[in-house]
Amino acid sequence: MPHDGHGHEEHSELSPIALRVKALESLLIEKGYVDPAALDVLIDTYETKIGPRNGAKVVAKAWTDPAYAKWLKDDATAAIASLGYTGRQGEHMVALFNTPDTHNMVVCTLCSCYPWPVLGLPPVWYKSPPYRSRAVIDPRGVLAEFGVTLPEKTKVSVWDSTAEIRYLVIPMRPANTDGLSEEDLAGLVNRDSMIGTRLAGHVA
Amino acid sequence: MMGFGPVAPEANEPLFHAPWQRRALSISLAMGATRQWNIDMSRHAREKIPPAQYWSLSYYEIWMEGLTRLLAERGLLDAPSKKLPVLEAANVAPALAKGSPYIRATEAKPLFKIGDRVKVRNLHARGHTRLPGYLRGKSGEIVLYHRAHVFPDSNSHGAGENPQHLYAVRFKARDVFGVNTDDDLQADLFEPYLEAA
Repeated sequence: MPHDGHGHEEHSELSPIALRVKALESLLIEKGYVDPAALDVLIDTYETKIGPRNGAKVVAKAWTDPAYAKWLKDDATAAIASLGYTGRQGEHMVALFNTPDTHNMVVCTLCSCYPWPVLGLPPVWYKSPPYRSRAVIDPRGVLAEFGVTLPEKTKVSVWDSTAEIRYLVIPMRPANTDGLSEEDLAGLVNRDSMIGTRLAGHVA
Repeated sequence: MMGFGPVAPEANEPLFHAPWQRRALSISLAMGATRQWNIDMSRHAREKIPPAQYWSLSYYEIWMEGLTRLLAERGLLDAPSKKLPVLEAANVAPALAKGSPYIRATEAKPLFKIGDRVKVRNLHARGHTRLPGYLRGKSGEIVLYHRAHVFPDSNSHGAGENPQHLYAVRFKARDVFGVNTDDDLQADLFEPYLEAA
């Protein structure tokens, strides 16, 4: 497992940052600015309700329902909302459809903007300087680090999320999946394929 | 900025790498709901961390540093406590589902339309901006029109929402980075960042 200065090494409750966060939380509760029960609901929401399975359902539906795919292309915010996924960090959605000619890949070079309602909280690599700095200038090199090599003729099209538009990549449907149900297809859609750093059908 | 090394995806990455990160996320979101600042102010607070410190912090450490600065600037850590609109547990789901839509009405007509060639102005903002430096002076083509949105360059400084038309602009990678590929890249750019090419 890579441990390379991303700051994953804080395991102790006693680390300075853990103590600092604990002190800040206590102070905010004491001052009546935050409701401790709301904090627990927020955490539970992102741990159990909002995550990449949401996005996978959008993708599987787009693969199996041409009318839905068209709606997603024309008005992704509404098409995604129809499945119940709306709100914070996904207020304005655009879907990017990968084809044999064009492979889309999403980054936020300025911070870590990410479509939370469909993908949940971003992984560490997405938020870290190596990805944020290199996705725009060397996307094929970055893809190689995910084990993805695209044909030369496939254009890589990078989307830098510099405003409040959030992008969801619709990966290409894997070959030989004609008989599969929407649910089984959703199982082939890994998180990274919806960011554009992997292909569908690969394990993330 | 370069030289950060390879991207290191972690297999079976946990959602949080330490318990304090859960608390950091939740207090940040809950304090955001008290409406003492907007998202542009919170991004700016993180950007104002001195570079040597910023690059040594992990994501949620940056969030905590930014939150502490926002609270301190507003005197919210001092006594006496102020009366703020508090996010209650029962309101978490509806508040998250609603989010904060950024599209606004504006009288101004968009200057550009899809297919237009535009050039990114040579702007060097002293405060917050959402114009990435690598695009200054580069020319591209409008590919999407996103309507008018809250303008972060104003909103981050408490200067009002000042809605501006927002476009996705496509650039050729060879024009921006001098690479020998036919790849391209898009960024969402506000109208004040652009001029006709």
